[in-house]
Parts: sequence; C-alpha cells; structure tokens
Amino acid sequence: MFGLNSKDTSLLLVVAVLTLLAPFILNPFPENSDLAQFNAGYPDLMQRFVIFGIFAIGFNILFGLTGYLSFGHAAFLGVGSYAAIWMMKLLTLNVIPAIFMGIVVAGLFALVVGFVSLRRSGIYFSILTLAFAQMSYALAYSVLTPITGGETGLQIKPIDRPLLSNLEPGEIGRANLFGIEMGNSYLLNVGGWQFTFNAGYYIAAVVMLIAFYISIRIFRSPFGMMLRAVKSNQNRLNYTGLNSKPYTLAAFVISGMYAGLAGGLMVAMDTQVGPERMFWTASGEVVLMAILGGVGTLIGPVLGAGMIKYMENILSKINDAILHQWFAFMPDGLENFKVAIIHPFIGKGWHLTLGIVFMLVVIFLPGGLVEGGQRIGRLFRRKKRKDKPSPDATPAE
Amino acid sequence: MSKSDLSRRGVLKAGAAGLATPTIFTGAAWAASHAGFTNAPEGDTVTLGFNVPQTGPYADEGADELRAYELAVEHLNGGGDGGMIPTFSSKTLEGNGILGKKVEYVTGDTQTKSDAARASAKSMIEKDGAIMITGGSSSGVAVAVQALCQEAGVIFMAGLTHSNDTTGKDRKANGFRHFFNSYMSGAALAPVLSNAYGADRKAYHLTADYNWGYTTEEAVKQATEAMGWETVNAVKTPLTQTDFSSYIAPVLQTDADVLVLNHYGGNMVNSLTNAVQFGLRDKLVNGKQFEIVVPLYSRLMARGAGANVKGIFGSTNWHWSLPDAGSQAFTRSFGTKYGFPPSQAAHTCYVQTLLYADAVNRAGSFNPCAVAEALEDFEFDGLGNGPTLYRGADHQCFKDVLVVKGKENPTSEFDLLEIVEVTPVAQVTYPPDHPQMGGAEASLGSCNPGA
Amino acid sequence: MEAIVLQVLNGLDKGSAYALIALGLTLIFGTLGVVNFAHGALFMIGAFCAVTLQRLLSLSHEVVDETRTDFLGNPLKVDVPYLADWFGVDAAQSIINWSVPLAILFSIPIMIVVGIAMERGLIKHFYKRPHADQILVTFGLAIVLQEIIKAIYGANPIPTPAPPAFTGSFDFGALIGMENIIYPYWRLIYFGFAMVIIAGVFAFLQFTTFGMVVRAGMADRETVGMLGINIDKRFTIMFAIAACVAGLAGVMYTPINSPNYHMGMDFLVLSFVVVVVGGMGSLPGAVLAGFLLGILESFASMGQVIDLLPGINQIIIYLVAIVILLTRPRGLMGRKGVMEE
Repeated sequence: MFGLNSKDTSLLLVVAVLTLLAPFILNPFPENSDLAQFNAGYPDLMQRFVIFGIFAIGFNILFGLTGYLSFGHAAFLGVGSYAAIWMMKLLTLNVIPAIFMGIVVAGLFALVVGFVSLRRSGIYFSILTLAFAQMSYALAYSVLTPITGGETGLQIKPIDRPLLSNLEPGEIGRANLFGIEMGNSYLLNVGGWQFTFNAGYYIAAVVMLIAFYISIRIFRSPFGMMLRAVKSNQNRLNYTGLNSKPYTLAAFVISGMYAGLAGGLMVAMDTQVGPERMFWTASGEVVLMAILGGVGTLIGPVLGAGMIKYMENILSKINDAILHQWFAFMPDGLENFKVAIIHPFIGKGWHLTLGIVFMLVVIFLPGGLVEGGQRIGRLFRRKKRKDKPSPDATPAE
Repeated sequence: MSKSDLSRRGVLKAGAAGLATPTIFTGAAWAASHAGFTNAPEGDTVTLGFNVPQTGPYADEGADELRAYELAVEHLNGGGDGGMIPTFSSKTLEGNGILGKKVEYVTGDTQTKSDAARASAKSMIEKDGAIMITGGSSSGVAVAVQALCQEAGVIFMAGLTHSNDTTGKDRKANGFRHFFNSYMSGAALAPVLSNAYGADRKAYHLTADYNWGYTTEEAVKQATEAMGWETVNAVKTPLTQTDFSSYIAPVLQTDADVLVLNHYGGNMVNSLTNAVQFGLRDKLVNGKQFEIVVPLYSRLMARGAGANVKGIFGSTNWHWSLPDAGSQAFTRSFGTKYGFPPSQAAHTCYVQTLLYADAVNRAGSFNPCAVAEALEDFEFDGLGNGPTLYRGADHQCFKDVLVVKGKENPTSEFDLLEIVEVTPVAQVTYPPDHPQMGGAEASLGSCNPGA
Repeated sequence: MEAIVLQVLNGLDKGSAYALIALGLTLIFGTLGVVNFAHGALFMIGAFCAVTLQRLLSLSHEVVDETRTDFLGNPLKVDVPYLADWFGVDAAQSIINWSVPLAILFSIPIMIVVGIAMERGLIKHFYKRPHADQILVTFGLAIVLQEIIKAIYGANPIPTPAPPAFTGSFDFGALIGMENIIYPYWRLIYFGFAMVIIAGVFAFLQFTTFGMVVRAGMADRETVGMLGINIDKRFTIMFAIAACVAGLAGVMYTPINSPNYHMGMDFLVLSFVVVVVGGMGSLPGAVLAGFLLGILESFASMGQVIDLLPGINQIIIYLVAIVILLTRPRGLMGRKGVMEE
C-alpha cells in the first residue's frame, strides 16, 4: 500500500493508529486518581510529542542515513519559527502559509549552511554546523533584536494587523486553519476519564504522519541507498566516480526542511518564538532524541523525542506535596522515608533522572529504545513458537 | 501529611458519571467550565500554578520563590502565623482560602527558557486547571508567559522581572507586576549616586546584550545624565560570557571614574568579581576614587561575589531588614519555617499571591476580568513596601524603591546589604506612556476571560 | 597601544583555560578515541574540590553570642571553625584563605580516582561502540555529575577568593614603560600555572618511556598491542592524567570566577570548538587554538571593534572556527583520518 512493502505499511498503520488514538493512550489514568499526574494527554504535550517527532525524524534522515552528525539542527527549527511568525504577523493568521514559509526559509538556510559545512566530514562537519547555529543564536539574542525580538522573542500582538485578516481593533490574532483555531478542543468524559481531542494536535499529527511516510519513502528509495553508501564508505563511493556531495547536500536540506516544518508547527500551535530555541542545548537535544530512540531506525527518533519531552513536562511537575499524597496511606515515618528517597529524582531533580535514563539506555540497550521494543517482541515471539529460532535478524525499522 | 487532592480533576468527576457526555468547545482549548471563563473552579478547591525556575542558573532563586508560594498557600488556608495577612491593609483574607475555596497548587519548571516556561504554564492550564499562573525569574520568561496567559484567559502575576518591557511595551491586560523595574532603579539610584560620588562623574557602562540590559542601561544613563554625569562609553557583553576581563580591561584606558554593571545573576557575580580583581576600586581617576555600581542587586546572587560587593551601590525591590510591620511579619514567618530570611524574589511572589487572593475576594469572582478590575488602581499597605498603588494603566505597582549598599561587616551570609535610602514613590513614578515604556503605542489590550 | 597589550594579556589568560581543557580533551580523543562530553564536568569537579576544601577547612561549631541577635531577634549563633579552636582565629583565617592553593594538592588524588573510576567503570565499555553512543553516555554522565554537585552545593555561584597575598594587581606598565597596564596577580599565576602544566604534559609524553608508548599507541594501537605492551593500562593512566589536567584547570579557575554547577557545560562546547580548530589528535594544535581563540575573543570585545562590527564579540569564536576549518581541512594541526568519518 502507498508504494510501501507490507512491513513498512504495517509500521505506518501502527504509527497512524497510535497517533490518532493518542488522546486515549496518553490518558490511561482516571482524572481523580493519584496517578493522573502521569497522564500526558493534554493538548500542549501531545502537540510537542508530534512536533519534536517531526524534528527528530528529519534529523534522522541526515544522521541515520548518511552518518553526518549535525550539531546545529536547532538553528533550522529556530529560523523556521521566525519565518512562520512573521508570516502570521504580516500576511495571514492561517497556519498553512506560515508553515510553508517556515519550511522554505529553513530549507534555504540549510542549503547555505550545508553547502559550506559539507565540505568537511566527521567531527569537523559537526563543529561547522555547531558554529553556524551558535552564531544564529547569539545574533538573534542580541544585535538582531529588531527582527527577532531578542530575549523576549516574538509574539502576536494587538497591534499586529495581518493583511488577510479582519480582526477587530484591539483583538489579538489567533492561529487558525481556515477558521479552525488551534486551541479548539472536544472533551469526552467517560467514567472517571476525560479525553481531550484538540484541533491543533490533529493537524500536527496528520502532518507528522505525512512526514513519517515521506521519511519511509526516502529510506527505501535509491536515494536512501545512496546515502547509506555514503555512511558505510564514502571513499569507495568517490572512487567509483560518483560525486556524493549532491546527495548529502540534498539530505541535509531535506532534514533542514523537516526542522523548519517542526518550527513552523510550533509557531502554529503556540504563537511565540524565542532565540533559546536555537541554543546548542536544543541542537544537542535532537541528537540525544535520535540516539536514545535508535539511530537509523524509522520509529526510534520519534520514541526518543517522546521520552525526553515526557520527562521534561511530567517529571518536573511532581513535587513533594504530591509525593506525600501518594504515600499518605503509609505510616508517617515510612512515608517521609519514601518521599526523601524519591525527592532527588523529581521536580527540580528531573535532569538527574534524565541523565540516568540516558546512561541506562545506552548501556543496556545499545540500539536505543527500538532495541528494547525488539527484545520484548522477541520474547513474546519465542514463547509462541518455542521450537523455531527467531528469524528476525534484520532490525525492524 | 496533606491529603488534599492536588489535581483539579477531583472536581470534574461530578460531571463525568456514567456514560460518555461529549461537550464541544470553540475558543480556547482549556475552556473546561460553563461559568464563562477559563478553568472556573468547581467544587471546594481552587488551583494556582507556580511556575518557577527549578533547573538552570536561577534554580536557587526559583527554590526561594517556591518556598514563598508554599508559605502563602499555608497562610491563605489559615495555617501558620498568617504572615503578612494581619498587616495587609485589605482585610478580606480570613484564612479560609480564596472565596471560601481551599487553595491548592501545582508547580512547574520554567528552566529560565521561554519555550519551557510556556509549556509548563500550558500544562498547568490545560491539565491541572490552574486559574492563575505566577512566578519566574527573568523578563524573557515573564513576557512570554504573560502573553500566553492573555491568550488563555487566566491571570498572570509576574514574579521577579525587572525589564521595563513587562509592563512597558509588552504589557498585557491579564498580567500584573509587583516587582519594580529598570526605570525605577535608575530614578532611585541617580540622586543617591550623585550625592555620594558628586555630580561631575564619567560613567562607563557594561551591559548584558539583551532586552533587560538595554532597558536598564537606558534608564540608568538617562537618570544619571540628568544629574550631570557624562556617559563615556557603553559596551554590550554577551549573555553567555563568563570571563569579563576583556571588557573590564579597556575601562582602565578611559578617563571614566564610575563603572556601571548592567548585569544580573551569574553575569553580575562574574563581572563584579573581575572588576574588583583588576583593581578598579583602588584606582584614582581625575583625582576621584573609582566606583562601581550594580543597578539591580539580588542578595542570593550577591553571595557568589563574596567580599567584592562591599560598599557597592545598587537597588532592590525589598530587603528582609526593613523595619515595617509587614516586612517583619513576613521575615519572621519565613525565617521560622525555613531557617533563613527570604529573598526579594520570595517576597514579591508571596505578595503577588496575597494580592491575587484579596482581589478575587473583593471582586467576588475568579473571573480574570473581575479580578483585573479589582487589582487596577488598587491602593494597599502593609505588604512591606509602604503604601503601594497597582496602577490601572499599565498594571505596574508603584511603591518606594530601596537603594542599598554592600555591607562592610556582614554578621551572617544573609546579611550582605544595608539600606542606604528608601526612595519615595513620587520620585520613581512615570507616566504610562513614557518613551522607555513603549511610548504611546503600548497598550494593555482588553482583558480576556477565555472560554 | 596599552589597550592592545592588555588584550593580549587577557587573551593569554583566557587561552590558558581553553588550552588546559582542550589539552585534556585531546588526550582522551587521541588516546582512547572517545568523544567525552563529560570533560566539562571534570573541570567543574576540579573547581568544586576547591570549594569542598574551603568548606572542610571552615567546618564549624556554633557558639551563641548573647550580645547580638540574628534576623529573627534570637541570640546570634556564630559559626566558629574548629581550626580557630586549634590554632587561634587569625591563623585559622589565613589557612582558610589559602584553601585554593591547598586545593591543588587536595584535588590531584581526587581527580585521579574520579578519572580511573570513569574509565574503568564506564568509558572502557564504549571504546568499540559508535561515537553516537559515546556522546549519549558521557552526556548522561555529565548531567548526573552536575546534578549531584547542584544537590550538594546549590545552583548559585560560591565565592572562592584567592589568598590575600595574590589579590592585588601587578603594574605591568612600570615594567615596560607604559601607563595604565595593570594586571591581576592571580590571572598571571593562572597563565604561569597553565604553562607549567602544558610543558609538563608535553615533557612527559616526549621524554619518558611511558609517554613514548602512549604516543605510539595513539598512532597505531594495534601494532603496539601486538608488541606485547599492555596499552589498556596505560590508556587508563592517560585518562586519569587528562582528568587531572581538567581538574587542576578548574581549581585554579575558582578565584577568577566563582564556581557554579553548570560551569562545565558553559565550557564544554567552547572546548570542543578549540580542540577541533586545533585539529583532531594534535596536542600542540589544541594548545595553539586555545590561545589563538582566547586572544581573538579578547580583541573582539574591545569597544572600538564592536562599534565597527556590531555583535562581533558574540560570534567571533565561531566565525574564526568556520574560517579556519574551511581553509585548513583538519584544523590547525590535525592528523589525517582522526574522527573524520
């Protein structure tokens, strides 16, 4: 189906089903239970999952296929965001031109950066991309303040009157898709559960599915094969008389456009841009997402993105008062003991947990989270047919 | 311990009995109520969102803010010694929560990044049903979260944010700031500086290269120039700079005799330490002793500069050594609970929470527009800064400003600053359309109740 | 002219810190082939060795002073260091004042232990893993280390002044017949210290048998291994030395800027840029690049330069890195084939 082999089709379908049912899957705990703290099914986080999923998918097209490690990918996301918000401030509040502009501008910027950086390989390439990103960040924060808003960034203000809008005086424009505002939601109450179906999320989710589909096509195409050849041995490729640069540059630009798409979507969902979106830690984050999930696999980067964003948004919000509530049924001494044990890992300690998870995953699951999934899968399969050895030697992507 | 149900969802179960009861909302996603505004509290509790930096360089400041919020919640719910509630001039707070509803809270981490701060605030609004968001330790975050709250239709009570922009060009109808700002720092400092150092001085500015730095530089420059000072040079320094030696050294080559460090937090600690290292304070220029000025002091951060702060002038929003009844009550309450005196960040956050609660009580409603109306042009006293006005035109508090100096003989690690002068409010008041505040273009817009 | 001399001094001083960190990073790159994102954390741990020693020396017991009151109006509890009980107040204060220089001795064994523990416990399992995995695991380790320090010491910077004897400034101008060139003693000491360490590391690698074997191992690990030399053990020692260099750089840095838990991350990216600009696998390259970038950064922060090119001080290091990497494919002195794939 869709020009994919059966394995890829089923992967795409699984991802599609998971994405579309995310409001249910991410809200497994009833509203008033203690564990509701772990629910992630609210619009903002769901949007973030898919947006950073797109970002990581795009990063993986470059890193996973060609092996070129860009350490400045956040710059494209940032540039895309700035382009998108200016579209909204000046032209229209409809998100499509904004997202489109984000992709185009990020793509052009990636073309320039890629053209220069791809003259080097290995760590030299990484540092070149890092340097471009850090320069973008530093300039956006300071001297480019008239364009970027500096530290406080850009928002849509009451004085912004986009050309193609008919806002009332003083009304602050809201991002929309032909009148559907990104914030619109449909709430479903079932038993103790409440599920939120958010317009913005579904728009972003559909975009992510398209992006995911394109990424599968790229992975399976002759172009993708060529990129893998670059990764395995660029010298040999060059000796065959092939110039690999156009291929890597194309991959770089595509990957930059994915980042621009993510940036545009971020603005569409939440009309605000700040320069720290381009800081090296943001670039580092997408690298970590890809590695955490599984480099070179199709679904891995999305899982990695989800994992990091989940910890950032859920763990950091657990505080001591909540812990005491959880363990309230215990005798006081034991309760305080438990709280003291868990305390360093939650709230302000969520970074610590993140660091530990990074180390544990890379030590015990060399292929990232995807490998974890495979191992579990294998375990089940082995149980089913004990006599046959598992034939699954190729990594599921 | 507390067995309170911290997720607001406890209150939603009423409407969720049995089968699916779909509801469609247009407008904001977080519209979870039929009362005409975002997150209208149902049941007998109300949830506030405390959004403070818990990681990153301002984590300690954020931790102090959080302590103040927890204290405020305790006092609002009738616990502890009541803190500043007895000294507060408005008497609607009776220890029975807000409008009779018990106060609960959720916390989040801003990471001192706009994106993270907005994500955290959104989760409070969308997931936890917070009716008010407060906190933060930087102006970038304050402006970003304030804009979000405006969009979402909840009240934002700013924490520590000093840039003019928060209630200047980026002011919002749903946002309120108790903390003072760059303009006020400049206006309060200039006369004191001119008295102490003379009216014939040449100033050299080092300015953090971002919005807060710009507004502070401008404010101090204008105020000191009005006193007769001359500005020799103003150099921008990158936010990420850690070693300021290459910015300090050129100062030696000029005939400047005052160095103004428009830096905050870690930048301030490092630039001040470096300036003292270079022997600037032992220097004589034009026959005058060379001096250093730090427009915005943070006691928490000043500790990092150690003995280098001694004798250096700056301004602060509040200090625990203030003798008035409100300050004393708060310091006692905070100090008894945590073992050390509160910072200015803690103070402003505590006060903001009380002011919000009182405004809701006076308005008789949690509706953001009613609350905003109750806060606008509200005059109060007894919260530590003397008589204060919450000006309606820009949602900025007007109150006395403290000019402080690094103490020569501190008795403890908290006793770093001494109050030199309490600048009367009249001297730091400006018209709402002041050019430094965005001029005539700046407008609050209209209040947004969401839903 | 004076301004230029001063900025050269500043550049050498900044360069010292960059060079020391980059030197350690290159040792690990070059010998072990590991991308160590936890190297900044080693620098930070070194700095906190000084803080820890300062805290240890000022371990106190409380004495209630009835004549004074604390902020709550209770009798003031004064912390009296045990050292003061033993040696008298003045002597105790001078010992505490010297905690940073003393921390040099204190930190060496700590850094060696930390280095060996890191290499044996974690890094050695990653020699054959892809660079991506090395990045993830060392980045995770860096986060964990810095969160531990934050949990103990808080997020705010902690003042660790130099001993009073070194707090003044040295009048350079008088020495070379110019006015207004004064430079802080401690920064001069830092520069001198860096030169000694750098010279020491080079001499060690150049003139000892151990160093010779390690250099051979950097060039061709397999052959050295086949010669029956236990190169792994030597690499462990090299890791410990690299940790020591980073740690000492951190100890000595504390009087220049008060240490905080994220100082390692602040230097991390910069030190990678320095190493790569210097050229992968080249120790002299790393040192050279450190000083070069330090000096250029200093010049770019002069008012006159900024007026000419606004924002140049924000980007100078990265701009120079791009120019150098484009004109010299392997940085200043890089070897062919190191981390190029």
